[in-house]
Amino acid sequence: MAKDEYADFMAQAYTMELEATERYTQFAEQLDAHNNRGVAELFRKLAAIEGLHAKRILEEMGWPSVPDLPAPSVWPEGEGPEAAPLDAVHYLMQPFHALELALDCEQRAQKHFENIAAGEVPESVRAAAAEMAEEEREHVRLIREWMARVPRPPADWDHDPDPPRMSE
Amino acid sequence: MNAPQAAPLTAKDFKSDYKPIWCPGCGDYSVLSSVTKALAMLELRPENVAVVSGIGCSSRIPAYTACYGFHGVHGRSLAAATGLKVARPDLTVLVASGDGDGYSIGGNHFLHACRRNVDLTYIVMDNHVYGMTKGQASPTTEPDWDSKLSPGGSGVREFHPLVIALASGANFVARAFSGDPNGTAAILAEAVRHPGFSFVEVLSPCVTFRPDQRSWKERAHPAPVAPTDDPARAARRIMTDDGFNIGVLYKGKRAPYRGAVPASATVAGLARRFELEGARDG
Repeated sequence: MAKDEYADFMAQAYTMELEATERYTQFAEQLDAHNNRGVAELFRKLAAIEGLHAKRILEEMGWPSVPDLPAPSVWPEGEGPEAAPLDAVHYLMQPFHALELALDCEQRAQKHFENIAAGEVPESVRAAAAEMAEEEREHVRLIREWMARVPRPPADWDHDPDPPRMSE
Repeated sequence: MNAPQAAPLTAKDFKSDYKPIWCPGCGDYSVLSSVTKALAMLELRPENVAVVSGIGCSSRIPAYTACYGFHGVHGRSLAAATGLKVARPDLTVLVASGDGDGYSIGGNHFLHACRRNVDLTYIVMDNHVYGMTKGQASPTTEPDWDSKLSPGGSGVREFHPLVIALASGANFVARAFSGDPNGTAAILAEAVRHPGFSFVEVLSPCVTFRPDQRSWKERAHPAPVAPTDDPARAARRIMTDDGFNIGVLYKGKRAPYRGAVPASATVAGLARRFELEGARDG
């Protein structure tokens, strides 16, 4: 029984990483289409990082491919805690904004795993959740460092002298 | 010897190589993702699915799938899709539209498609505005929505697509929210499975002309009751809800339309008539 719960937990963690990968890829494509190449590239890097996490879970579990995952709508919020909201991007956004978004996702993921580790779960799940929470905490730290290295956007970062929403 | 089983497809297999050009953050990205996830969940194959659309931001969707697609005439997606489904009942036919294309220009087709109950899945991405043409009020725009193009609001009462679909005979009525792509995928899969005309209204915010719709994610909530097969009960619920009940709201029992006249030709026979002379000889 405990073994199944552990596998379910790992499958859910895998789904979470995969959703984050897909969302960042989606954002990269959106920003590419609007010629915001720098931020598109940053999202692509974030997608690659999340993809590695997903791959590592598969390797750790010895799963050759995706296992039977829980039903799609298993998350109370509709999507996993590490997937950025779909409407969080803007065509003029800057790297700092993308990192802010990633920071928020990592913090939500950390909280998610901490909650699981603090709940009534088998020891194997608790230990894995605690380890993942620690990893997410490390990601939070790394993203904060990354943010310190990119310029802070000016207050009028979204000013467009020729905006698409002209409606006169 | 049995033929080898084709590997199950994933959502990615239903996406084309064309990258969408909607505004970043647009809800339609999510609907595209939900459509491809639903098709994978249903274990369909791209060559057995057709996506038909009209005109508007949402109607770009066929090009972004790897299925057969037809980006048709404004408001006429249901007419084209009806013809396709009657001629090729073996295909799974999805129809994509927006609130302008579907409820205004194509409003009459909407009523009669519901009435005919052909086995189609009609997905309307509703953002309460004409986005592609720069933000005019659409049939679902609130009467007091103040904008440069309708100062002080249009003053015109909103169209209520779900209850109109129900009254017109749609066999499946659901509301989804693009902010929940997984939930939307599950609703779309259920809509495709349900026989007859399935109508799924997807609340899909327009981040450019309706930034106020970012609040929809706080307002959308699961429908508190299970779907009913009683149209009167469904109508009462839909008319009195807050417009943000998400889920399957009505599942009817009407038999889908079947052509009364049997087919007079086979698909292969028709295909042969379209072959080029040179191709046939060579």
